[in-house]
Amino acid sequence: MQVQENSQQIYEKYPRKDASCLIDMLQDVQEHFGYLPDAEMQRVARHIDIPVSRVYGVATFYNQFRFQPLGKYVIRVCRGTACHVKGSLDILRTLENELGIKAGQTSKDLRFTIETVACIGACSIAPVIAVNDEFHGGLTTKSLQKLLKSYQKNDRQSEVQHEHV
Amino acid sequence: MNTFSSTCFENCWHSAENPCPKFVTCIAQGQQCSEGNPDPKLLESLKRSLLLIEHDIPVILVGMGTCGLANGAQAVHDALKAECQVRGITVSIIPVGCMGFCAREVIVDVKLPGHPRISYCEVKKQDVPLIVETTLVHGEVLEDKLLGLYETDEQDVWTALPILDSLPFFAKQQKVNLENCGVIDPESIDQYLARGGYSALSYVVNGRTPQLTINDVLKAGLRGRGGGGFPTGKKWQFARDTQADKKYLICNADEGDPGAFMDRALLEGDPHRVVEGMIIAAYAIGASYGYIYCRAEYPLAIRRLEKTLQSAREYGLLGKNILGSGFDFDMRIKKGAGAFVCGEETALMQSIEGRRGMPRPRPPFPATAGLFGKPTVINNVETFANVTTIFKHGPDWYAGIGTETSKGTKIFALSGKVRNVGLVEVPMGVTLREIVFDIGGGVPDGGVFKAVQIGGPSGGALPESVIDTPIDYESLKQVGAMMGSGGLVVMDNSTCMVDLAKYFMTFIQSESCGKCIPCREGTKRLLEILERLTTSYRNEKTQEESLLRFQGMVYLERLASVIKDTSLCGLGQTAANPVLSTLQYFREEYEAHLYERRCPAGACRELLTYTIDTEKCTGCGVCARKCPENAIIGEKKRAHYILEDKCIRCDQCRVNCNFDAICVN
Ligand SMILES: Cc1cc2nc3c(=O)[nH]c(=O)nc-3n(C[C@H](O)[C@H](O)[C@H](O)COP(=O)(O)O)c2cc1C
Ligand code: FES
Repeated sequence: MQVQENSQQIYEKYPRKDASCLIDMLQDVQEHFGYLPDAEMQRVARHIDIPVSRVYGVATFYNQFRFQPLGKYVIRVCRGTACHVKGSLDILRTLENELGIKAGQTSKDLRFTIETVACIGACSIAPVIAVNDEFHGGLTTKSLQKLLKSYQKNDRQSEVQHEHV
Repeated sequence: MNTFSSTCFENCWHSAENPCPKFVTCIAQGQQCSEGNPDPKLLESLKRSLLLIEHDIPVILVGMGTCGLANGAQAVHDALKAECQVRGITVSIIPVGCMGFCAREVIVDVKLPGHPRISYCEVKKQDVPLIVETTLVHGEVLEDKLLGLYETDEQDVWTALPILDSLPFFAKQQKVNLENCGVIDPESIDQYLARGGYSALSYVVNGRTPQLTINDVLKAGLRGRGGGGFPTGKKWQFARDTQADKKYLICNADEGDPGAFMDRALLEGDPHRVVEGMIIAAYAIGASYGYIYCRAEYPLAIRRLEKTLQSAREYGLLGKNILGSGFDFDMRIKKGAGAFVCGEETALMQSIEGRRGMPRPRPPFPATAGLFGKPTVINNVETFANVTTIFKHGPDWYAGIGTETSKGTKIFALSGKVRNVGLVEVPMGVTLREIVFDIGGGVPDGGVFKAVQIGGPSGGALPESVIDTPIDYESLKQVGAMMGSGGLVVMDNSTCMVDLAKYFMTFIQSESCGKCIPCREGTKRLLEILERLTTSYRNEKTQEESLLRFQGMVYLERLASVIKDTSLCGLGQTAANPVLSTLQYFREEYEAHLYERRCPAGACRELLTYTIDTEKCTGCGVCARKCPENAIIGEKKRAHYILEDKCIRCDQCRVNCNFDAICVN
């Protein structure tokens, strides 16, 4: 119910029946929920008075929109040219292998999501990945594994702490 | 810090609601009228303090663009703040944009009162106490971390130290559009004004007619920096000549070329310059509303832009009756949603209208029927920055830089296998060699230069033999590349050109919007041809597949030219360029893949063979456990073996082996 109320604000911000707001609204909804729930897409469609199919059509066209919730750690692997030249494909493969998921997927325990992006904008330290919003550059497959371990360890620790609280 | 709003607005009648035409001139040249009297001395000293010529407390400027942040600038910033607080030193710490030297981030500048500005590089959190101790406490330069000093007119005790502009990275550059990036606080409209900002706008709206403004741009010879190189003045003229009740202006900040970051650096480092250029353009064509279409992947740029628009409105530089000229113009930011094709102008407009970003055929050109069917001018971020420059220095000055057909300077994002990764601004007409070797410092780690990719996925890879080509729109086309937006990716001998072509094809293929068949299907077929070249013969199950490999090569060029000739938009029309240019210059590499089934650069995994050195292998079993295909067998504590048939060459065994026992060839 709480969530419903908050997302109400998004709808109040935009005039009804103005289809040019569609992308802005979807962006706000995604920011709010972390992804685009079906019900919200229908609500957006009603709000601006267009068929749901068009909302869905737009949402699937753009890479930014997701239809599943994200993991706790979102790992964005840069696949820009500078990173590619410095071996980002190996980084991606290693990551996929270690976590047992493919790019675009979220692990079953909702811990990790792997996404690929075209240039994070940190070409000077290629190859780069960003875990949530923390950048890690100059990676090798070896240093990546260390990094992953440290995240997995931190994660377990924070979990233990939670249980104690 | 004091601002012009607190110093000027209170003493003179200028305000956002009732703007004075002389507001900017007053700041630039001293008081212009006799009404009210902002103390001229007060104004002058405010300006000097904003320019960091005269100030009482030390100022620290930390490079906090995206590249700086990725290198840990936030931690450095926080450490500086904490350290100064602990020691009880009063300083002002200002985040600035990227000064261009990304390879040496984090860059921290310290400006002590009465001394030239010191630029430190590669600063880590741990270095902060020493910097504070040496420079802020003792007033000395910490030479270990010194990049250089800013040039000043005044004589100083530090004359023996290097000057920034004399460093090889800066010496051949001509910083015009980047002059403020990394130098001023991008969020401070006052610093921008103090450096002569908005004087171009003031000159135009209160001194030139729209037609004369367009004439000046034509005279300057400015061509679009977004890739195509269309003369900006001509585009404006079309829009101006079209009658309509409403016209729009769009700034294209979608920067989709992976590996290019010029627009981002401009927006993060000097957003006012771009906004100023936009207002001038709007005035020239008679637009009343504008959009900045910025990629959502640039959150910092979007935040800065929002702040910029807000402060421009507060200062009466945006909104109703701009600088008392009677001209109204406002704009807003639209966030892109991650589609490369939305950089294409007609697709971008579809996206602003809330639709799928699919290009449409032209004509009608946007200048006659664009956004919401109205005449629309769309220009690139850097183009607008150049507009500001033209009216700041005059069209003749501007036309004096560059070559016959390409005027002015161009910003390049230099990255890849090159020492001085960063942002460089050079006059048109310098050669690629000068950029890669003189400014870029050449290839690091003993590598050998192989090629430089210019123009991103629409451009081409140029080898050593043509690297003396001067950079201008025409010359680059002649050698099979194009100016593009300005990404330069340097490659050394460990990069495989077939793999590079495949990389771009994968990118284009997945970004094709799917509207027209040549692009949607053609790029897929092209990609298949390249994939066959890099697939191991073990994976070619039938003889027919081997034949397809050869057949593909036979048809490659024909297919490429069909895609080029028949695609709807620029995405498809240029899609084959990376393939054609690599084929032109690196044919023997294609042949090695095709006939000999080997990859000379050792980059195409599938064409490699993995074996285990039985001497080195201790039989620890790590590789066998890590192998996703169970292709490694062996008894415990005995040397292991790789089953070639099963091996998918994922490289995991080599990565995980602690004894270097995995051999690749
Ligand atoms: C597939 C494709 C992608 C493009 N991406 C961009 C881009 O990211 N940024 C940009 O400024 N122009 C891009 N353009 C060029 C624009 O269509 C347009 O020509 C440009 O914004 C015009 O501005 P200018 O005249 O200032 O160069 C792209 C074009 C195509 C065909
Ligand atoms: S190419 Fe990876 S950060 Fe730019």
